Amino acid sequence: MVERNYPRIGERVFEETLPNGLRLRVIEKPHHAKSCAFFVTRYGGMDLRFQLNGQWRDTPAGIAHYLEHKMFDTEDGNALQELAQNGAEPNAFTSNDITAYYFYSTEHFYENLKILLEFVSVPYFTKESVEKEQGIIAQEIRMVEDTPDWQSYTRLMGCLYERSPARVSVAGTVESIREITAETLYDCHRAFYHPGNMVLCVVGNVDAEQVAAIAQEVLPDQCGEPIPRDYGEGEALCPLKKEVRQEMEVSMPQFLAGYKCEPPQSGREHLRLSILGDMVCDILFGDSSPLYSRLYEEGLINNSFGGNFDILPGAAYLYVGGDTNEPKKVHEAVTAEAKRLAEEGIDEDFYQRIRRACYGQMIRGLNSFESIAVSAAEGVFFDYNYYDFPEVFETITKADVEDFLRRNVTEERSAISLIYPKDFA
Amino acid sequence: MKRIRTQLLPEVYLTCLPAAKFKTDFLSAQFVTPLRLETAGLGALLPAVLERGTRRYPDMQQLTAAEDLLYGANISHSVRKRGESQLWGFVATAIDDAYTPGGERLLEPLTELVGELLCDPCVENGLLRRDYTVSEKTNLIDLIRSTVNDKRTFAGKRLLEEMCRGEAYGVSHLGEEEAVGAITPSILTTYYRRQLAAGRLELYYCGKAEPARVEDAFRQAFEGLRREEVAPISPVPHHRGPSEVRVVQERMDVSQGKLCLGYSVDSVDKDAVLVMDMLFGGTSNSKLFLNVREKLSLCYYASSAYHRSKNFITVSSGIESQNYQKALDEIAHQLNAIQRGEWEDWEFSAAMSSLKNAYKAIFDSASQLEDFYMGQIASGQDREPEEMLRDILTVTPERVVEAAKTVRLDTVYFLTGKEERDNG
Repeated sequence: MVERNYPRIGERVFEETLPNGLRLRVIEKPHHAKSCAFFVTRYGGMDLRFQLNGQWRDTPAGIAHYLEHKMFDTEDGNALQELAQNGAEPNAFTSNDITAYYFYSTEHFYENLKILLEFVSVPYFTKESVEKEQGIIAQEIRMVEDTPDWQSYTRLMGCLYERSPARVSVAGTVESIREITAETLYDCHRAFYHPGNMVLCVVGNVDAEQVAAIAQEVLPDQCGEPIPRDYGEGEALCPLKKEVRQEMEVSMPQFLAGYKCEPPQSGREHLRLSILGDMVCDILFGDSSPLYSRLYEEGLINNSFGGNFDILPGAAYLYVGGDTNEPKKVHEAVTAEAKRLAEEGIDEDFYQRIRRACYGQMIRGLNSFESIAVSAAEGVFFDYNYYDFPEVFETITKADVEDFLRRNVTEERSAISLIYPKDFA
Repeated sequence: MKRIRTQLLPEVYLTCLPAAKFKTDFLSAQFVTPLRLETAGLGALLPAVLERGTRRYPDMQQLTAAEDLLYGANISHSVRKRGESQLWGFVATAIDDAYTPGGERLLEPLTELVGELLCDPCVENGLLRRDYTVSEKTNLIDLIRSTVNDKRTFAGKRLLEEMCRGEAYGVSHLGEEEAVGAITPSILTTYYRRQLAAGRLELYYCGKAEPARVEDAFRQAFEGLRREEVAPISPVPHHRGPSEVRVVQERMDVSQGKLCLGYSVDSVDKDAVLVMDMLFGGTSNSKLFLNVREKLSLCYYASSAYHRSKNFITVSSGIESQNYQKALDEIAHQLNAIQRGEWEDWEFSAAMSSLKNAYKAIFDSASQLEDFYMGQIASGQDREPEEMLRDILTVTPERVVEAAKTVRLDTVYFLTGKEERDNG
């Protein structure tokens, strides 16, 4: 077990790779009442095409998320209930690139950890139980279909990407999930839920050695094979489509604009790009940027305006959006401001101010157990140490931000997804 | 964690929670005022206008620049409903001094800035600025209208409006569009002055700093306040159910129907009602989740919530519109089961341990603690989470059954699609 101390940010982390390949991170929080465990597999909504036993397999959209729902079924009943009886608050989520199962508890932590590791590593589905889930997930999909933010995001991804599975919704569609069978779910579990493809992150007042011993005891001894995946890499950096629009039951128009960016290398470069991307957003359109003030004072945007930078397997993009009566005008203003900053350079005082603010924001993020656990897990999967962020942050310069803007935040790279109220004049 | 409560000025209280485990200071300053249809819009608009600028930092850009220099301190206005009070003010966070690279002290300047935002706004001719008022009115009206965008929240809000007609609890914390439209800088300024002088003001701090230092910082930041006599917070009257169930159905172009139910409760054994609500639909192991969702696959979510101060329960679910009656029947069926005491031992212990977790974990979040204490104040209580939990843990199955027997369907709200969709 390796112990790492981070005095600048007041954190201590224990790290270990077990003989079965599981990577373990224990982040100490001795004064909190609750502890949490995140058991995460590097398998998400984008992992639709992969190689199993030398054969390329295509799986239906939404399968990783469907599998997440079904993992809670056990031979004896349901793990949700087992954990709840034992005082834990369990939950799970599927994103583009990972699936995470987790619980919070204020007592019986180690027993709960055992239950978590057991139910995630032992699949149990039947034809009936898989069919039964369709109704539930179909309602989940219907629910998000009525959500304007989801609509604008999904449609934007469809504009930006041609081949990347980033264009496919994590939950799939009511139609695509009909093709999912118990057999495919078992195959996907075999491929992606072995210890070598997973990370266990524990945050709280716990003993790291004991966590390691439990993981060793409960999980399989064997580490599976690495799985080659197809993310449709190498597509052009120009979006497939420039614009998409839809009418919905909303009170005013809203938009989400995206700028396709060059994806990072793995390792520290990944972490560096993610911090740089966040800074670019703050400088370009953050609450204290000149652009934000100007648009806000002109009445073109309100508090809903904002955006971020996101890295996915083989893809990266910057997005910005909000409610406005002039979506295209706001989008053009963002692109024009990026061009201005890239050409004229960023004001030095402003840059130094934003640097300070970004640093504070990263420290603030350390209050959230979920954010710590997920960031640490992603760090493991993409081969960097999340807690190195203060040092990595220091390597970023004003010229890096300007260069990022010049290369990525341009008209050619951008697309816009618009949502208008029904019968909007 | 020992809570220290100090009165700084007439009806201005500071609640200080020393906690070394957070990386941040968390501050809040909230006026607690009666929630009324006539004034809700004013309370919602005011902090948004104040956030546009202070005398020292008269516009957004100067204000946000000041926040950036405090290592990205975040100050934002907040408006919420707790009990039958409207709470409006500011919440602020900044990193703890221990993590500032130069060891700079942030608590004092942050508190000062919060004090300025509340007490020292940018004015013209003695009034809050017209341009800021006009632009924030537009934003607030847009915000009120945008409630419709999230259908789940919208349906929940509509249920409360229907169920609590004539009660302050049915009023939205954001106020109503028409009333907001009629606000002028002079009306807003009068309201503002009145609040400063005679509104109950609750100040809050959670973080590493010594309580004496915190008190000094707040005293200094609010020393300019001139206080008059302040009306006490009135107790929150319980909701009384109608003689007949009221059913409201509305149509919109949506793919999923939203079913929201309100139940009145006669029992005043509130801890028992709380446990009953957890068994019914409070967790992902509750009867609603296990039956409406897991067994019948009718929905993705079906959950209940206990509105403790008003003593009623609401249920919310998203379903195919054609399954309306089926869902309604199943929810009623599950309530009946609880009224007959039909549950397994594990269901009861899971409900209890979920409450135990929830009350213990409040101490792991500075913002949850703030919301807890503000909620206590707004409902005229002054209890600690541990005290409440201790009482909850004494609830027996018999008490739950007794309480459940007094739960009656009160209002049904159903938001459904424009036409039956083809589910082929």
